[in-house]
Amino acid sequence: MKIGIPRSLLYYYYYPLWRVFFEELGAKVVLSSHSAKGILAAGLKNAVDEVCLPVKMFYGHVLDLAGKADMIFLPRIVSIEKREYICPKFLGLPDMIRCLKNLPPLIEVDINLYKNNRDFYIAIKNIGCIFTKNHLDIWRACLKALQVQKKYFKLMQMGLMPSEALALIEGRVEDKFLPDGEKLNIVLLGHPYNIYDPYISMDIINRLRSMGAVVATAEHVSEKIVRNYAARLPKKLFWTLGNRMVGAAFHYLEQPGISGMVHVAAFGCGPDSMTGGIIERYAHGSGMPFLNLTLDEHTGEAGVMTRLEAFLDMVRWRKAACGT
Amino acid sequence: MRVTFPHMGNLFITVKGMLQYLGVDVVVPPPSSKRTLTIGAKYGPEFACLPLKLNLGNFIEASEKGADTIVMAGGCGPCRFGYYAQIEHAILKDLGYDMKLIVLEPPQKHLSKLLAKIKELSGNSSWWHIFQSIRFGYQKAQAVDEVEMAAFRSRPRELTPGSTEKAYTKSLEMLDRADSQIALAAAKRNADELMSAVAVDNKKTVVKVGLIGEIYTLLDPFSNQYLERTLGRLGAEVDRSIYLSEWVNDHIFMGMVKGVRTRKEACEAAHPYLRHFVGGHGQESVGSAVNFARAGYDGIIQVFPFTCMPEIVAESILPEMKADYGTPVMTMIMDEHTGEAGTLTRLEAFVDLLTRKKEVKEALCK
Repeated sequence: MKIGIPRSLLYYYYYPLWRVFFEELGAKVVLSSHSAKGILAAGLKNAVDEVCLPVKMFYGHVLDLAGKADMIFLPRIVSIEKREYICPKFLGLPDMIRCLKNLPPLIEVDINLYKNNRDFYIAIKNIGCIFTKNHLDIWRACLKALQVQKKYFKLMQMGLMPSEALALIEGRVEDKFLPDGEKLNIVLLGHPYNIYDPYISMDIINRLRSMGAVVATAEHVSEKIVRNYAARLPKKLFWTLGNRMVGAAFHYLEQPGISGMVHVAAFGCGPDSMTGGIIERYAHGSGMPFLNLTLDEHTGEAGVMTRLEAFLDMVRWRKAACGT
Repeated sequence: MRVTFPHMGNLFITVKGMLQYLGVDVVVPPPSSKRTLTIGAKYGPEFACLPLKLNLGNFIEASEKGADTIVMAGGCGPCRFGYYAQIEHAILKDLGYDMKLIVLEPPQKHLSKLLAKIKELSGNSSWWHIFQSIRFGYQKAQAVDEVEMAAFRSRPRELTPGSTEKAYTKSLEMLDRADSQIALAAAKRNADELMSAVAVDNKKTVVKVGLIGEIYTLLDPFSNQYLERTLGRLGAEVDRSIYLSEWVNDHIFMGMVKGVRTRKEACEAAHPYLRHFVGGHGQESVGSAVNFARAGYDGIIQVFPFTCMPEIVAESILPEMKADYGTPVMTMIMDEHTGEAGTLTRLEAFVDLLTRKKEVKEALCK
């Protein structure tokens, strides 16, 4: 059986886990194509105007899987941390996608860790039961998947981007570079599905790198540090990804050698409007150069490029001025 | 301590009544106006939703009137509202407004925190007194809702244009002035009389429109550009999916009061389309749309502030419901732009369409 996974949204976090899990259970995993104009166009056509860019992109990826996969894996990710959510759109995603026509059957399982972590294993069991009745097999697949997932997160915390970490896990590349500290250190903050999707973010990571910056993201910081720093807020944020961005931002603001911070938000994103405001306020407070980029489905790259170049120039001048 | 709170339609009548019953010094912010909105839009985060901006404007205007303490409700997500108070407070602080913030957070683990806050706010009144004040507030909310419902009925049928509006404003004033249970009972009777004294044409055929959506834009006439009033004038009888007293019953009394609509019913009706809560009133919106369609309403209008996440989910799903029941649904999104002509044109066209559809249907039935 071929299980389709959209290359979008939480793919950038949990793809290794689900791939190993499904493959261990004897299924084949099919990914949707890389984000591109055609995929976004299909998403735009089928989603309502008001949803944010990454969700429109998600629609496109799901439609791309029609005809390629026997089933589409589309869990309802309610919560991945205790007493936190992701975003209301994740909660309604399967129901929104179900309105699309001519799709293969969906694997809809609620993943809800709002109350406790045990519920994750119930979800795993429910998904596994589609493939086998043998609970031991499911358990074994789950353990192996979790192991790989742990490795993936570890690699990211060592400074790799998701695509590089994935390539390493799948044995596709030789150990290449790790960032050297001589260059300009720029922190890139944003939802993983925005900054790591090269089409949505207009390949911002590689562009920054080609302009001579070493890019650090929120995923490079360990969970524990993120939580500790995020606890400085007057009230805990109830969005897991927002919490990670804010915690990482606070952490980086205290690190020596960070030259600037770029925040990427999707147009109309609810959590970003709040967390972006918080990060900006603290960044200004500590005198950190801060650039806020809002992305939508317009594809003019020149504007983004100009702003990035101007930002880096400014950061360089500032650094030079401080040095002398 | 001079306490203020954000506006949301006629909410001020309830909250003011409740706090004054406790003997708290209350400063009601000036009614939301273009100035409020301008202030809010200027200082609020660009992509924050409309209610946050209006709240912010309300607080600044209230502070100009001498308020020094803000009472806000909290929340635990995933809707942005749960973080409003903290963001607004940080903005006010940056602007140099030194206001104390009391956030009533729904209890997650311990009830004691919430109770301590309530006690602080009430200036150490006895629990019995606090209970009485909540009951008084709830009764006011119920009375206000009844007046609103009466206005919904008589607006499209009134014989003298504007007579409903006059009676409505006067009734609300009377309810607002009532400061004790006895005075409230009298005010309620007078308001009832006043509303039923509006001359109406009972034989007139009117289209029925159900309003659904996000609670703030639904309850606050300023933020929805006086949607209910305009629809009434255009000859449509409206009903809302949310009333303040129902909300209080659902969320504060945990559904203790029987015999009123509850969110549970709405969520059950939503189940074929939306199987999980999505924060805010997203699931209730879908469910209420189903209920309105089943009750034979001619059309449904969904309102929500620009970028409201739960309602966007509902909006994505409503076409499915529309396909099953055939009830037209229109979505209106509110932001800080205040051009009324666009809204009016859309409403006129929608009501025209519904009227025509109804006529055709009735002609076919004969």
